Amino acid sequence: MPEETIASLAVRRLSILDESGTADAALLPSFSDDEIRRCYELLVLSRAFDTRALALQREGRIGTYPSILGQEAAQVGSALAIAKSDWVFPSFREMGMHITLGYPLDLLFRYWAGDERGMHAPDDLNIFPVCVSVGTHIPHAVGAALAAKLRGDPIAVVTYFGDGATSKGDFHEGFNLAGVYRAPVVFICQNNQWAISVPVARQTAATTLAQKAWAYGFEGVQVDGNDVFAVYRATSESLEKARSGGGPTFIECLTYRLGDHTTADDASRYRPAVELEAWRGRDPILRLRRYMEQKGLWSEAYGKDVQQQAEARIDEAVHMAESAPPPEPGEMVDAACATLSPRLQRQRDELVQTS
Amino acid sequence: MPEMTYRDALNLALKEEMRRDPMVVTWGEDVALYEGSFKVTRGLLAEFGEKRVLDTPISENTIVGVAVGAAMAGLRPVAELMTVNFALLAMDQIINHMSKIRYMFAGQTHLPMVIRAPGGGGSQLGAQHSQSLETFFMHAPGIHVAVPATPADAKGLLKAAIRDENPVMFLEHELLYNSKGEVPEDPEFVIPFGKCDVKREGKDVTIVAYSRMTVLALQAASELEKEGISCEVVDLRTLSPLDADTFVVSAAKTGRAVVVEECWRTCGLGAEIASRIYENCFDKLLAPVERVSGLNVPMPYSRKLEKLCIPQVGTIVAAVKKVMNEKY
Repeated sequence: MPEETIASLAVRRLSILDESGTADAALLPSFSDDEIRRCYELLVLSRAFDTRALALQREGRIGTYPSILGQEAAQVGSALAIAKSDWVFPSFREMGMHITLGYPLDLLFRYWAGDERGMHAPDDLNIFPVCVSVGTHIPHAVGAALAAKLRGDPIAVVTYFGDGATSKGDFHEGFNLAGVYRAPVVFICQNNQWAISVPVARQTAATTLAQKAWAYGFEGVQVDGNDVFAVYRATSESLEKARSGGGPTFIECLTYRLGDHTTADDASRYRPAVELEAWRGRDPILRLRRYMEQKGLWSEAYGKDVQQQAEARIDEAVHMAESAPPPEPGEMVDAACATLSPRLQRQRDELVQTS
Repeated sequence: MPEMTYRDALNLALKEEMRRDPMVVTWGEDVALYEGSFKVTRGLLAEFGEKRVLDTPISENTIVGVAVGAAMAGLRPVAELMTVNFALLAMDQIINHMSKIRYMFAGQTHLPMVIRAPGGGGSQLGAQHSQSLETFFMHAPGIHVAVPATPADAKGLLKAAIRDENPVMFLEHELLYNSKGEVPEDPEFVIPFGKCDVKREGKDVTIVAYSRMTVLALQAASELEKEGISCEVVDLRTLSPLDADTFVVSAAKTGRAVVVEECWRTCGLGAEIASRIYENCFDKLLAPVERVSGLNVPMPYSRKLEKLCIPQVGTIVAAVKKVMNEKY
């Protein structure tokens, strides 16, 4: 019997908008001018949020914070494709997704200031609270997708994680089960190329992260994560496939963490400056701006106006967040269980009386 | 009341709850086609189909993690871990997620899910497959822990677990599956969590036990009765919530208490129970609380040695006699 190849894989890479702002017209999503402007405005708002959060952390007004700088397109682009009825299981570095889907900005600031009530999503948003543990929410997303399938809900589930998570057992187990049961889930990896100080080459010997999906029986695709149009297109197609019974897809958004891992980190200690500079040139916002300039959609006055409006919204959100009363001691017991045991009730009473 | 085995009582509870509520599903390794390693899921695939009875890949952490996600999305999953020993692979999902997601989500979501896991020693399965890990789960806030001793309790507690809005670790004992007892037929027979059951009344000494240890405690009580010692046997039924009131009242009444635990003695649940007794009725005690525990060694493979590591009727009898002869 001859030796033969019985399986082979191909990994597609999708890129629509290049660094000079030139787009591939054949692949471009059919966005109206207003939709393109909205895209830009969300990117700017996400960055304004990030800039302010970093400043607030330095002033001691919020806690340890993970910057999204450089990754805005991967978040805004994917979130623009998500329907309100879809469910989202985020990691901890996707505030651009929250902002795009309309999560109240003050709640985001409250959460990062250490108030768990900030993760209580408004009723019309199916965004689950952030998962700080690396990749452990991947099985949750698969479980929710199985639930949707069983109930016949015509929705999809989206989960976000980073390149580091692809080394976790939760990633492999979750992908495997999703493949077996063709769960309606879209896995979005923001490959920002650094897991704290560990580069992606130390996470895997594979050429791409996207190809890992093939081992579980579904497609993985790599997209230019700094290209808001490519991310949108890939997410949109994958969500449609999931909602119509086509099973899971893995999208690797190749991007770059321009900031530190968190405010407790100093990436200059381990990351080459030349690499950072190269990626600054691939800034996702700059890229869209160049495209808009070519189309006559961007002017200095417009850019300034968008920036000012974003900052005004951030000002208001910070004010609201800081005006919210701190949680009462009893609340930490209330949320621990659906029903309090007599002992827990006694402990709660004592806590309330003594504090 | 019909008599049935602990296994069949669990099976009946699953069937009744799956008939009652279409959101109840079950998954785990070998639970569908093979009907469970201990045959607790017998007949479920045939009756409820492959949408609600799912065989999963061998990935314990994800069996639990998927249940967490599905529970948040409105299902009431009953996940089976082939044995509790494999729960160690899922401890991140159990302790870091299942137990505290409700809290971390500011009370926004309930987590109506059950993890069924057979466990305990005595079947000569060696060090990694004979563990009693109940204390691990009892230690964490946010999880309910059930440890039924009889077929009736198995049915009533499992039904309560499935209906509970909190996540439940439901710990079955492998040596009890074939034990028989009367089980109420009423499909609304549900045993509330956090209520001990005084399985035998007595006046000289209180024996606090759970799961298979309750069965041994009752046998010890029968033997001791012949020697004129009257034992009250308090079965915990759930470790979390823990109904301390019942065993404290009993210990205060008899003045003596023996706690029987299959788990390792160090930081075992016996220490917690003894402590609750001391905190609440020290002045009523006539003797120090005695603990009968699993030996602090990995479980030996040898049948002879294994027996020495697990509390036996004889060791419980000896402990009761010891407290009867002790005085403060």
